[in-house]
Amino acid sequence: MATATAPATPRRAIESGVPDNKQYLHPTLKKNYGNWKYHDRPRPGVLHHVSHSGEEVWTVRAGTQRQMDVHTIRKLCDIGDKFADGHVRFTIRSNIEYMVADEKKVAPLIAELTRNGFPVGGTGNSVTMIAHTQGWLHCDIPGTDASGAVKALMDDLHEEFIKEDMPNRVHMSTSCCEINCGGQADIAIIIQHTKPPKINHDLVANVCERPAVVARCPVAAIRPAMVNGKPSLEVDEKKCICCGACYPPCPPMQINDPEHSKFAIWVGGKNSNARGKPTFMKMVASGIPNNPPRWPEVSEIVKKILYTYKADARPWERLSDWVERIGWPRFFEKTGLPFTKYLIDDWRGARSSLNASAHIRF
Amino acid sequence: MAKKMHSTPMLDQLESGPWPSFVTGLKRLAKDNDMMVDLLGQLETSYETKKGYWKGGTISVFGYGGGIIPRFTELKDEAGKPKFPDAAEFHTLRVMPPPGMHYTTDILRKMCDTWERHGSGLIAFHGQSGDIMFQGARSEKVQDAFDEINQLGFDLGGAGPAVRTSMSCVGAARCEQSCYDEATAHRTVLNNFLDDIHRPSLPYKFKFKFSGCPNDCMNSIQRSDMAVIGTWRDNIRTDEKLARAYFAKHGVTDLVNDVVSRCPTKAIQLVDASKIPTGPTISAVKVSDTQAIAIENSDCVRCMHCINVITGGLAPGKDKGATILVGGKRTLKIGDLMGTVVVPFMKLETDEDREKLVDLGKRIVDFFAENALEHERIGETIERIGLVNFVEGVGLEVDANMVATPRTNPYVRADGWDDEVARIKAKKQAA
Repeated sequence: MATATAPATPRRAIESGVPDNKQYLHPTLKKNYGNWKYHDRPRPGVLHHVSHSGEEVWTVRAGTQRQMDVHTIRKLCDIGDKFADGHVRFTIRSNIEYMVADEKKVAPLIAELTRNGFPVGGTGNSVTMIAHTQGWLHCDIPGTDASGAVKALMDDLHEEFIKEDMPNRVHMSTSCCEINCGGQADIAIIIQHTKPPKINHDLVANVCERPAVVARCPVAAIRPAMVNGKPSLEVDEKKCICCGACYPPCPPMQINDPEHSKFAIWVGGKNSNARGKPTFMKMVASGIPNNPPRWPEVSEIVKKILYTYKADARPWERLSDWVERIGWPRFFEKTGLPFTKYLIDDWRGARSSLNASAHIRF
Repeated sequence: MAKKMHSTPMLDQLESGPWPSFVTGLKRLAKDNDMMVDLLGQLETSYETKKGYWKGGTISVFGYGGGIIPRFTELKDEAGKPKFPDAAEFHTLRVMPPPGMHYTTDILRKMCDTWERHGSGLIAFHGQSGDIMFQGARSEKVQDAFDEINQLGFDLGGAGPAVRTSMSCVGAARCEQSCYDEATAHRTVLNNFLDDIHRPSLPYKFKFKFSGCPNDCMNSIQRSDMAVIGTWRDNIRTDEKLARAYFAKHGVTDLVNDVVSRCPTKAIQLVDASKIPTGPTISAVKVSDTQAIAIENSDCVRCMHCINVITGGLAPGKDKGATILVGGKRTLKIGDLMGTVVVPFMKLETDEDREKLVDLGKRIVDFFAENALEHERIGETIERIGLVNFVEGVGLEVDANMVATPRTNPYVRADGWDDEVARIKAKKQAA
């Protein structure tokens, strides 16, 4: 007969916080910490940094799928052990970087990465890896997938990742709802809901804290109501802007719609302070179908925008700089995208986005 | 060997093409992991129906309130049983990365071994807030996985209404534009907020981000509540050898079009090498025997553009530090907000300097905790109460660097004007 054993006392967490990165730094980086002088890029995917001490380090950057199985990570580690003294780092856009102090290792490292299916690039004026979200794989409120849409797009843009042929760097992001966890980008792909939430009135009372849901709505379109004798919520559909803010605190207010949740495309976000101040991206297209597994309609518009920019922008112009020069009417003309009334902002502060001048390009 | 794979015709289409395929990775894990077999089944269903099937819940590790993202499947049959039972629980551990996201292969392998033992074997480097995301653990395995990861020297990140995981750029470790020790600042600040990271009790999330220069590679102005961005106060440094090397390669056309004319404040001029202006705020360097560039540093806004183009030939000054901006966030609920300046410059060289940064962070987070409405970010609080109330509330002085322009409307009660002028005067005299 089995005897019940008292549960072992749980281990108390070591509240160690952010680990010290000194223990993980490549020896050449550690030695020259804070003492770098300049860098250049001998070829796409490779950075060459020179220290005030005269020491040099070459960095080889390669794309990854971000959501990695342990076998892929171990393969990347094998390559790091073979070429980079067992040290690696990741960029904010999920590219992996290998640092080598010996220039002779660069070419064989590139060959090894390429042979194993990791594209070398993402530096300088390339289209680097797309910043993305979780999507259907793990998110609780996604309107679409993230990893799949990114895989499909990066397959299409592979050549632009491994080359540095753009006028300036191109950062892209995808987001599976309007919360936009993917962030501001030169070109961003974001779900845009087009219908008010469908409410499962049987569940609201048990699942949702109704005053909190009412408070969450940016346009005060939600109010408490009795529906079929049960306490629930109702939405003033004329006021509703279909943002989906009510859905996370109240899942019975289903905002995702396989047919009516569309994609919108935004352009001209820039985080850097270089030249102009940072800019928010602007919506330039919507109504694009959510069409897994490869979202071809999205790719087509993204590529149209990207290659129009590539052909027309001057050196160092980010997408936002380019549009600032040519103007929005010409942006729509050149890309062939329709300018509709839905692209004129009517949110608070919207007047600052209107043309309060006689500045017109003809 | 794991159980039989489900048919996944949609996902199969994401295995071809030149970019690394996450589907191929998932399938490889599924060879000996039933959870991944069923995860593929549920994901394929999402691709077919265009619906998500995860719901949240409450899972945490002993002693903490946050850091785990619980996921339970909602994809069930008529009897209420999960259609893909081995992936019915698929929780994520958010783990804070080292500053600059540097690793040894040794530590990565140990993470892989742990996650193979206790989880699905799927790890994301990194999530959008910078966490290493260990994706896919059953409820009963979460504590075991955390115990091992914790003993490797790593700790859980933030989730919910908490101080969140932070990120810093590669910075001083490998970048000539670094204006402070990003890694030490990142670590010092975050590790002073561990209680607020692990035990969510703020009105909403609060994010710090650390970028070493105004190129802001961590996107901190747009996506953090408190952005620490490196900058400098003195003159741009020059190196004639590297400036000449740029010119020899690019010539005068590129120099004019790409550098001089792209300066946002027209602080750079192309000058004759025989007439180089001098003065305490001028940086000048010859690019050839006949031509030079001259920068009026008091007009320069430290945007980084010319330094990015002529890296090494031009470089940040030596009197380095950071600008602090507060209030960045995206969309919900009032629309996008950029962070705005609250401290134009502070030194970040010594432990004492960093203590001042921690103290500022604490005052701001305390103000946030006491004054923000539920589910309101600090940028929204500032929008609601006005920047002056915020600045005074956290004990800072107003500064003309905080605005793009002074006010354009007259709707303000200004009967305190004389007292305020007298106060500023007295303070100046005392300093």
